[in-house]
This record gives sequence, C-alpha cells and structure tokens, in this order.
Amino acid sequence: MSTVHSAGGTGTVAEQAIAGAVRPRRWGSWYVAEHRFRVMRSYAQTVVVTAIGNPLIYLYAMGVGLATLVDGNLGPEAVDGVSYLAFVAPALLASAAISVASEEFSYPVMLGFKWNPVFYGMNASPIQPGQIINGIVISVTVRMFVTLGIYFGFMLLFGAVPSPIGFLAAFAALLTGLGLGALLMGYTATIIDDNGQLVMVMRFIILPMTLFSGTFFPLSVLPIYLQWIGWISPLWHGTELARVFAYGASEPIWLTVVHVLYLSALLFTGWTWARRVTVRRLNK
Amino acid sequence: MIIAKNLVKKYKEFAAVDGISFEVAPGESFGLLGPNGAGKSTTMRMVGAVSTRTSGDLSILGLDPNAYGPEIRSRLGVVPQSDNLDTELRVRENLLVYGRYFGLPRKQVAERADELLAFAQLEDKAKSKVDALSGGMKRRLTIARALINDPKILLLDEPTTGLDPQARHILWDRLFRLKEQGTTLLLTTHYMDEAEQLCDRLVVVDKGAIMAEGSPAELISKHSSREVLEVRFGSDRNAQVAEQIAGFGDRIEVLPDRILVYSSNGEREMERMTQAGLHPITSLVRRSSLEDVFLRLTGRTLIE
Repeated sequence: MSTVHSAGGTGTVAEQAIAGAVRPRRWGSWYVAEHRFRVMRSYAQTVVVTAIGNPLIYLYAMGVGLATLVDGNLGPEAVDGVSYLAFVAPALLASAAISVASEEFSYPVMLGFKWNPVFYGMNASPIQPGQIINGIVISVTVRMFVTLGIYFGFMLLFGAVPSPIGFLAAFAALLTGLGLGALLMGYTATIIDDNGQLVMVMRFIILPMTLFSGTFFPLSVLPIYLQWIGWISPLWHGTELARVFAYGASEPIWLTVVHVLYLSALLFTGWTWARRVTVRRLNK
Repeated sequence: MIIAKNLVKKYKEFAAVDGISFEVAPGESFGLLGPNGAGKSTTMRMVGAVSTRTSGDLSILGLDPNAYGPEIRSRLGVVPQSDNLDTELRVRENLLVYGRYFGLPRKQVAERADELLAFAQLEDKAKSKVDALSGGMKRRLTIARALINDPKILLLDEPTTGLDPQARHILWDRLFRLKEQGTTLLLTTHYMDEAEQLCDRLVVVDKGAIMAEGSPAELISKHSSREVLEVRFGSDRNAQVAEQIAGFGDRIEVLPDRILVYSSNGEREMERMTQAGLHPITSLVRRSSLEDVFLRLTGRTLIE
C-alpha cells in the first residue's frame, strides 16, 4: 500500500498558507489557461482543420470565384479602389476571429458553470473567480492568434495584401474577436438555465452579422436605414480597421480611432461584466 | 485549525446557518451531522473560503477567509458533495491540472499524481475517461484530487452519499489512513455509522443551529440509553400499543413503522412486553446510535 508523502512547508500553518498562495495569486490566470489548452488538445484536430481549411476555402471561393465575376464586370480596381479579393480578404479575416470567439467564449463558459462544472473545482483551489475569466481570455487569445496567423499567411499566398503594414490587419481581427467574444462571455456567464439562449444568439446575432457589416460589399451600398446595424456591429468596425491596414482603405483618421476605441471598449466591458458575474455566481 | 463563532449565513431573509460555533483542533476528525438542508454544506463552503459569511467570526489556519481566501484554500483539500471532476480530461490529467492551480511545479505534480492514483487504487484507470469510472471510483478520484496539495485540512461534504456498501468501506479505509497520518478532517454526513466510524467529535446540526456537541460515545450516553428495543406491531397498531407500554424503559419513541423503547437492558423490556401479552411482529435489541440522539434532539429521523 502506498503512502502519501508530505509536501508541506515550514513555519506556522498561517505562514505556510501565505507562502502557498504567492504563485497562484500571481500566475493563477495562466494555470486556468493551461487547463483550457489541455482541453483544446482533445479537439486539436478540429482546431487545425478549421484554421487551415477555412482560409483555403473562403479565399479560393472569393478570390478565384466571386472575384472573377466582380472584377470582370467592374475592372481590376473593382471595389474601394482595389481588387475584390483584396477588399474581401480583411473582412474574412475579421469573420474568422468572430467564428473562433463565438465558439470559445460561449460553450466553455456554459460548461464551466453548468454542464461540466470545473469552475467550482477551480474556485475551491487558490484560483480566484476573476482569474478563471482571465484564463479563458488568455487561452482564446492564443488560439485566435494562431488561427489568424495561418489565415494571414494564406492571404499573402493569394496575393491579397497590398500594404506593407498588412500584418496589422491580423491584430485588428484579433481585437474584433476579443471585443465581441468578451461581450458574449459576459452574457454566457449570466445564463443560469440553458433554454437555448446561446443558439439564438448564434443564429440571430452572430451569423447575420456578416450581412450587415460591410463584409462582402461596402456598408454604403445598404439603404441608410440599415446602415446603423453596421455602425454598432463589432465586425464592421473590425473589418474597416483591417482594411485600413491591409490595403490602406481611405477613411478619416478619427474613424480609425473610433474603430479601435469601440472594440477596446467592448473588450473591457465584456471582460469586467464576466468577472463580476463569475465572482457573484461562485460565492454562494 | 478552525474556529467558528456565531457563524451566520443568510440568503435574503432565510438563515441557512444561524449562529453556529465550533472549534477543530489539529489532527482532529470533526463531523457535522444533520439532515439535508440543515446548513452543513453552507458551513463547509464558508470554511472552504468560497462563501462570504453574513456575520460572526471565522478563522481557518489562523486567517480570516474574507481577506485570505487564496491563502487558506492553498492549504485545504475540498471534496464537494457532488463530484466536479473534469469530464473533458482523463483520470490522471484531472490530477495534473488541479495540482497546477496550487502553483506546484509540473514534475512535483506528476510524482504526486502517481502516488495519489495508487492511494486511491486507480493506477490502472490513469488513462480512462472520467465518465467510465464507477461512482466509488469517481469519489476516490475526487479525494485524490483534493490531496494533490498535501492539505492541512480536508473538507468532505457527504463523502459516501450514493455509494454502495463496499465502496463506502473502501473510502472509509482511505480516510482513516489520512487521519492516522495527521490530516485534520472536517466532514458532513447524514449517516450515523459514518459519523461513528470517522469522527472523534461532532456537532449535531438542525435548521442552521447546533443541537449538541461531543464525541459519538458522549452524545449517545448523554442523549440516549445504552440499548434500544425496536418492535413492530403493524403500522395501524403501533400508536395503540404505545399507549399500553407507556412507562416501559426510560423513554418511548413512536415512529410510523415501529416503536423504539430506550432502556439500559433491551431484553428485559422485551420480557415485560411478553408478560403483558403483547407479541410484536418483529423485535430487535440493538445498541443505541447517533440516529437515536438525533431523534431525541429534534423529534425527527435523519433521513425522511
């Protein structure tokens, strides 16, 4: 029969406790992220296949398919002064970020509170509720960064990035995903009983967003009474920002600043919201 | 190790814990015994530094959980009422990930995980999925997980509820070993035999308040007789017979399905009953237990 060896430190029990919390207080968020990465490993195949397949399919379909039609009819500087592929690629990049965000900021939170309630286990350890949320943000940022890096690589291969500072478009997309995702995370944390709320959000907010966010055609093409949807859509702000970097889309500098501020504000709001709800929910 | 004074937890107007006080010494095995809804789990969450008390004083390892939550939790092991193992991870991974939450180095966690898998008799399940484990195995894995940080205090909330007798005995054996190694145990239970097996001292809790405190033997000798005679006359006759035997033993308790006669000598009461011409359908003389203490103190049985 085995025995369990003592790993306790020296000093009084209170001193041991204080020493024991030093690392979790500092690194707790990263430990939660480590947990997420370990779980992601179990669906690593999906992560890799979507990260590679997505850009390949969309860029090919748009760049070779739809672009041929648009450029053929409107000329090589078809939309916004560039080829249709160059116009649509930054938007697809931002959409890819939204797609990762809508997956990773929703169900893992729902799981952690309810279906596979690991948050309660974390909360019983030195990890604090806010760190649980931070850890999710860290892990999704990493996954999104890798996905967007691959996407951007394909954009270069397809010759869809005219600007030398085009790589900044990937960061614009990252901010887009995090901004929308943080809000989604805050909302998901408030769901006590699952009555299909997340499915509704996906179906009626996230999916239609691409239609009203200037993804496939400029927002100005829409009638004015529909354009406001774009103005509040994180995807529109992210897409426009990515276009500024990818091909130097012309817009007033103040508008570029607004894109950054708007997306940052969403990120901050959602993150704070999720932390507050989690603190409240875990302290019963 | 743990000092609670007038501990109160209110949810709006309802007081789940209503002014309870107790102290647990290092190495002691202390139990909270009471029916469902007595406030045991709420007390455990406050001691576990995850639930803020409404009022009263609480000191764990000499620290106040309101200010030192992570510090206290770094030296606790927690076995919650329902297992919250990570079903997305394998058995051994559950231990590896959990050890990291305490800031333990990966190598140390890996060594400890193997020790604990052996301790929990789950070595050959290391790579299994959590959902493939039996209830008893899941419970042992939860306990192994709670031990990953070599805790000073182990909190067990109804550790064997829902387990079959064999699984319970394996678990008790493991907990007994920990006790021998000097781990302080705080456990809740609504099983009398469990409290008698595992607790050096316990409090009987009902409706958020403490009804009695002492060692199992003390509580039994103070609040019950040495023996109990249990007789059944059929549910329609029990109450009527109870009137006829009023005055038998030290005390009589009438339950829907049986009559309990408390006495220092159960056989003698049985003889008296036979002499009075009363012949129960079944009769049984047994030692008094904590169940009887609880019945005496609250007028209710523990598991209704």
